[in-house]
Amino acid sequence: MASTLKLSQLPVGARATIREFPGHGPAFLRLREMGVLPGTAITLMRTAPLGDPLEVRVRGYNLTLRKSEAEHVVVELAGGQ
Amino acid sequence: MHLSGARVMTEFVQKPAGPGRSPVYALVGNPNCGKSTLFNALTGLKQKVGNYPGVTVEKKIGTTYSQHGRPITVIDLPGTYSLAARSPDEAIVRDVLFGRRADIAQPDRIICIVDTTNLERNLYLVHQVLDLGRPVILVLNMMDLATNAGLDLRVARLEHELGIPVIPCEAVNSKGVLELRLAMSRADLPLPRHRWDIPAPIAPAVAELQASLVENDGKQPLIARAEALLLLTDQNPVRVAGSMPLSERTSAILAGWKKRWEGEGVDWSGTLVKSRYDAITRLCAEVVQRAASTGPGASDRIDSVVVHPLWGWLVLGAIMTVLFLSIFTLAEYPMNWIDAQVATLGAWVKGVMPPGDLRDLITDGAIAGVGGVVVFLPQILILFFFLGLLESTGYMARAAFIMDRLMSRVGLNGKSFIPLLSSYACAIPGIMATRTIEDTKDRLVTILVAPLMSCSARLPVYLLMIAALLPGDRVSVGAKVGLMLLMYALGTFGAFGFAWLFKKYLLKGEPPLMIMELPPYRLPRMKDVLFHMLERAGLFLRRAGTIILGISIVLWFLTAYPRHPGSATPQEQIAHSFAGTAGRVLEPVIKPLGFDWRIGIGLVTSFAAREVFVSSMAVVFSVDHFEGGKHADITPLRTALKAAIWPDGRPLFTPLVCLTLMIYYVFAMQCMSTVVVVKRETNSWRWPLFQTAYMTGTAWLVCFVVFQGGRTLGF
Repeated sequence: MASTLKLSQLPVGARATIREFPGHGPAFLRLREMGVLPGTAITLMRTAPLGDPLEVRVRGYNLTLRKSEAEHVVVELAGGQ
Repeated sequence: MHLSGARVMTEFVQKPAGPGRSPVYALVGNPNCGKSTLFNALTGLKQKVGNYPGVTVEKKIGTTYSQHGRPITVIDLPGTYSLAARSPDEAIVRDVLFGRRADIAQPDRIICIVDTTNLERNLYLVHQVLDLGRPVILVLNMMDLATNAGLDLRVARLEHELGIPVIPCEAVNSKGVLELRLAMSRADLPLPRHRWDIPAPIAPAVAELQASLVENDGKQPLIARAEALLLLTDQNPVRVAGSMPLSERTSAILAGWKKRWEGEGVDWSGTLVKSRYDAITRLCAEVVQRAASTGPGASDRIDSVVVHPLWGWLVLGAIMTVLFLSIFTLAEYPMNWIDAQVATLGAWVKGVMPPGDLRDLITDGAIAGVGGVVVFLPQILILFFFLGLLESTGYMARAAFIMDRLMSRVGLNGKSFIPLLSSYACAIPGIMATRTIEDTKDRLVTILVAPLMSCSARLPVYLLMIAALLPGDRVSVGAKVGLMLLMYALGTFGAFGFAWLFKKYLLKGEPPLMIMELPPYRLPRMKDVLFHMLERAGLFLRRAGTIILGISIVLWFLTAYPRHPGSATPQEQIAHSFAGTAGRVLEPVIKPLGFDWRIGIGLVTSFAAREVFVSSMAVVFSVDHFEGGKHADITPLRTALKAAIWPDGRPLFTPLVCLTLMIYYVFAMQCMSTVVVVKRETNSWRWPLFQTAYMTGTAWLVCFVVFQGGRTLGF
């Protein structure tokens, strides 16, 4: 069974694959357009000093998003098959 | 309907531009891809910076020359990740490229610049631009960095796959700029012939919308197809003044399809984005021989300190301390110099011209007014130099990242932090720096509260009042510093309180996004930083200077007229003037705050700038030989203030009144330059007037409570 969890729950440094997230809302369209799509590999680099927002690495670059958005992104831990 | 690639090459080759007109190029690219550097390298100083009518988005147009010396116009569009716009800046990119604006013609050709170290995401925008049916030149910027990271790219293959010229480039070293210029000089440029598959469920909708756009909106077939694709990608398009709306028929078709898909559970926009990325991934598989190493690079190592839970705050604090120390120490010399030069010039004119109204208009009105504008320049220059440095190194994004959580408490995002912080030095550059905030409402809220941060012009007022409040040397420095800090804290809390209030009730909006790229750290390029700094300063002078000069002359007129009959002292003159009358008219309003009409004169005249209050008080209370300026000896003035009394003999400047007056200056909008800059940045008088009203209203209310409360308590 694949271990899926929310992106906001991913431990720092963990690598995962995005499984699904909502199709609607400006945040999610922009995330898609910046290359964050179901199937994309994502690494949680760190959180900001106060715990929010998060910094992730996708397609070779670093991106920030808030926990409130990351809660809606379902990921699967790499090697979690 | 799919683009039939084979036909494209033979039939749609762009006709050579006519003899009278060279092609107009638009330059587009993601943020942080080196677009401005390339634009500067192409056009040098031949740039015109203006505004798109009705929106505060910068319009930058430059001229470069073809290999045969013919001028070529280049429009530098704001950086964007997508044509599905989320901010006014991005909406301008979309509208210009789609030829939706009446004030600027659709560019003939497009230069797309990408950061080669980050190819996939950068190609998304390129992919959208390729659909537009215009000749495109692709510039692969930062080729050196990509090669160093291990990337091996088959440029010729990429050129072949896209059917357009592809030019490797290092804009910072001007490498590749010559090749780009040669490509731009070509009389004929091919149209892109990149093919990608529009997902089957969406293809019929694209075809129908395209046909309707051709028929009902007068679009050309290729651009109509691109527009149809964008309409289906964008979920909630941002509209800006000056963009043409869709025809009713096309809107109806779009709404029909969306309704149908919603019923069927088709995620049309997500599917379209995904198929573009699929095409990009396939393309990259063809052209990238060896991918760049994606391990933790130097940037990640720097970030492990710079955004560290503990060190991060220290670094932020250190950078901000250096910034403020340099503003306060470095700016002081040129500011004093400017003050001195203005005074010398005024004295010289007074000496050579016969006394009279014209002489006074020139010296006390015009020269003093110009001085009042120019004196801001050192601070603005230094602040923008630092902001440019922070931006081009990549630290700005980190500061926003660190501060986002705190800013989100009042409904803003981390990007408001730097503009608000800059406002402690001077609200003008702070407000000008809000242009980096994409969300219109967030930007407006930041502009509205920025002047509440205690700027350097309040310092002379605070210092004078503290001196009057706590006279003599017996008082500990601690009490003085504590009082000063209290004023800064009041302003800061005020700013955040009002930001919260405005976001909650006045400018309600979706919570701002914090989807932001953290670009790799890069060494700043001094030429670009200095260029940016001079550009900002020039904008301030051109846009605000003339109005500020006008208001200065009006304020001078108010103190100089009507003339006191006979020979009058400056004190008698100002009491007799319109400003004196205004003070007396104001007295009933400000009496509940403990202020009399003479303080009222100071409030009126210091609308020019807060520090003018000090020199006005010197005139009103007849302190001879008062020099003014930051280092003026305020002891005689303090003594005069202490001696000032109400007609019934009560002292005027009681400690409570001094405190109230300081609080008044914390909140009141006493700065015409800020008002003018806000007008320029919001494109209407509505917001600066609202801002003046709410700030000064708050000042009155708080002062009323403090003064009346203090009196009740027996102070």
